Amino acid sequence: MSGTTFTGDHAADPSSAWVLRDESFLAALRGQMLRFASLQLSDSQLAEDAVQEALIGALRNAESFSGQAALKTWVFAILRHKIADILRQRMRLVDASSLLREEEEDEDFSVLFDRSGHWQVDERPAAWGNPHESLREREFWQVFEVCLENLPANQARVFMMREFVELESDEICAAVGVSVSNLNVMLYRARVRLRECLENRWFLDGERAC
Amino acid sequence: MLNCREATRLYSEARERELTFKERALLRMHIAMCSGCRNFGEQMAFLRDAMRAYAKGRDEKDK
Repeated sequence: MSGTTFTGDHAADPSSAWVLRDESFLAALRGQMLRFASLQLSDSQLAEDAVQEALIGALRNAESFSGQAALKTWVFAILRHKIADILRQRMRLVDASSLLREEEEDEDFSVLFDRSGHWQVDERPAAWGNPHESLREREFWQVFEVCLENLPANQARVFMMREFVELESDEICAAVGVSVSNLNVMLYRARVRLRECLENRWFLDGERAC
Repeated sequence: MLNCREATRLYSEARERELTFKERALLRMHIAMCSGCRNFGEQMAFLRDAMRAYAKGRDEKDK
């Protein structure tokens, strides 16, 4: 990438001026992108470069976005593709030791299941009615993002690789250096947590008056 | 027979690989008796739809 900084050459370009004038929006957006990219790549320099490239790409086309939400959407899509490319290119360069701390986390799951492996009464998944209707509600997506951010970092990382970047299992195993069974355990835990968070914070919210 | 921990593991793994005939049969027998795991299974499918919508939402620009 060239030496362009993303605030450098846009001063004379009125079309993207609205974005650049709002420094707090840009700073917040950049922060979110960096957190996401760092988590996925485990390399702050690579993450920094990917975020900068994605931001420059989006700001060049800032006039085609009707607002901040649209720009955010677009810039994350670019970032996601960059991350997928980087992950595919450099297999197995990531330190896997930080990913596996399964023993510690086993304790959490004894809260969910009793000794015979059946749901504890309080933890049994409830019916969510027609959950797809929630996908149209802006508030649902705010809760959804909070729940994603609440996942432990190692689980969030592989879960996002699988479900957001949409890599296949073997690609993730190669990229982070874990076995398929380790990966399956991590994805399982991420899904269980995410499910529970959505149930508590969204689907049962308000129905627990007592 | 499966317990709930095993049933939910299978529901998660079904997102990564196709379950065997035996696994599917065991799951079906389990959820016939267990509403919690039946809900869990439906919610796993919903989670994937939600993640797709989330990723797609971020792909679309308002043009």
